[in-house]
Amino acid sequence: MLALTELESEAVRLSLRVAFWSVTGSLPFGLLAAWLLARRNFPGKIILDGVVHLPLVVPPVVVGYGLLLLFGRRGPIGGWLYETFGISIIFTWEGAALAAAVMAFPLMVRAMRLSLEAVDGKLEAAARTLGATPIEVFCTVTLPLMAPGILAGAVLAFARSLGEFGATITFVSNIPGETRTLPVAIYTLTQTPGGDAAAFRLAVISVLLALIALVASELLARRVRTKIHG
Amino acid sequence: MLQVHAARLLGNFRLDVAFEAPTGGIVALFGKSGAGKTSLVSMLAGLLKPTQGRITLDGMVLFDSAAGVDLPPERRRLGYVFQEGRLFPHLTVRGNLLYGFRRAPADERLIQLDKVVELLGIAPLLDRRPAGLSGGEKQRVAIGRALLANPRLLLMDEPLASLDASRKEEILPFIEQLRDELRLPIVYVSHDMSEIVRLADTLVLMSEGRVAAVGPVDEVFGRLDLRPLTGRYEAGAILQAEVAEHDAGHDRASGLTRLVLPGGSLWVAHLDLPPGTRLRLRIRARDVALALTPPTDTSILNVLAGRIVEVGKDEGPYVDVKLALDASGAAAIWARVTARSARTLDLRAGRDAYALIKTVAIDRHSLGRYGR
Repeated sequence: MLALTELESEAVRLSLRVAFWSVTGSLPFGLLAAWLLARRNFPGKIILDGVVHLPLVVPPVVVGYGLLLLFGRRGPIGGWLYETFGISIIFTWEGAALAAAVMAFPLMVRAMRLSLEAVDGKLEAAARTLGATPIEVFCTVTLPLMAPGILAGAVLAFARSLGEFGATITFVSNIPGETRTLPVAIYTLTQTPGGDAAAFRLAVISVLLALIALVASELLARRVRTKIHG
Repeated sequence: MLQVHAARLLGNFRLDVAFEAPTGGIVALFGKSGAGKTSLVSMLAGLLKPTQGRITLDGMVLFDSAAGVDLPPERRRLGYVFQEGRLFPHLTVRGNLLYGFRRAPADERLIQLDKVVELLGIAPLLDRRPAGLSGGEKQRVAIGRALLANPRLLLMDEPLASLDASRKEEILPFIEQLRDELRLPIVYVSHDMSEIVRLADTLVLMSEGRVAAVGPVDEVFGRLDLRPLTGRYEAGAILQAEVAEHDAGHDRASGLTRLVLPGGSLWVAHLDLPPGTRLRLRIRARDVALALTPPTDTSILNVLAGRIVEVGKDEGPYVDVKLALDASGAAAIWARVTARSARTLDLRAGRDAYALIKTVAIDRHSLGRYGR
């Protein structure tokens, strides 16, 4: 029961890779969106807020279909990518990472935005009077103080990415070794006669992975909090 | 020289100030809460932008709406000690102290870490985090942090307001040392007259977003027309005095110190200061009684002769009487007496009178040392 079959370990490795790149790739954008929403006022802010949260409420299959339209070889972005760099991300694990990133984005931004709003602007003002430029202030005061929120956002997004199914299967389909992540593999097994036992094992694995991620993040966040608040 | 003209509408509140103050020593911004003191200091620091005005410090333009100059805070290099400390919670005390120091130009780092740590007595705190410090410790670290940025001028916004009396006594000597040893120009915001008497040379009196008066502390404080702003309970005179001699008594604790001031001398509780030390002395009007002849057989040691130059209007049962202590009238003392006594004794301008001051009325809160 403990030893993973080749098929299982492939799905686990793929899922971890997809989730890792989903989080890593979307982190800067998440930070930017959180900063715009928490600190800036501009026309259309409410629209941006809505767009960021859309994947939370729209059916995942719609998100996947939207990605297919945008990033398909004849889509506005996908077509450009293909013609300019010869890159196509549909039916690739990179595409799976993109789908997971989009689906997890609202969770990441929410956590970051909350922590950014909790950073006392007065401390940033104090840093300015001590000679720090706005960028230095952001790096030396704002970022360290919102670290627990960034961590929480990243872990939530990681866990969400591990579980992404609807958008993934719509956008990049179900290709063994390329886009067959844990949830997709589980789905496939449940559709296969005699696959029940294997599906159950994979389900247990995905629950364990998510649990490990959440516990690790809580422990890390506690360490950061004690470091900050003594 | 600090030259300020700044105007801005803040909600329903209009701040519109203009003044000039010499930057040698401490400039105090005094006024009731809501007078606009903190907003003004924020404008000096560059954290709040006036809609119009011009701010220069020793010839350097910090802000000029007409010329489109608005130096960002990090390039103004004014140290700012906030009311609430504002230490960085994620850094140790050492990290906080060095935050501004590292960003100061290398050739302008005249004030070093060791010096500040010694001056403020914070060596045991260096590796701790701000969350574990007491209010007084936090404020000392905040002062040290601002100092180490080697600022051109130090802004202190009620740095003692959140501290109790004994903590204040812990910090005040440090601020005197900044003034006397580091010769750092300071703008000091307070609504506590005793702090200002003790520290400041120049007073900028603010009221409802405007500057009501600017000048040497003793001069502004002595003006009767400013009484509603300087505060009735606190009202009185500020005199320049000098330590003359010590009378040891039986022991130091029971000893007295004689101060000379224009028109006489004054015995106060023993001061640990060498003769010749120049002091600023505040005598509240409510602690002064008047007599027409020098009293005899009295416990009061301090009797100053003078001439009545002004009798204020009745306000309730009391009147304030101004007594000139020298011929020029530059040194004067205020006495608050009942209107009834004023009538009975026929107190009016031109009459000679004696001011009676109890020694106990002059405590350490009434004394300030001159900067230089």
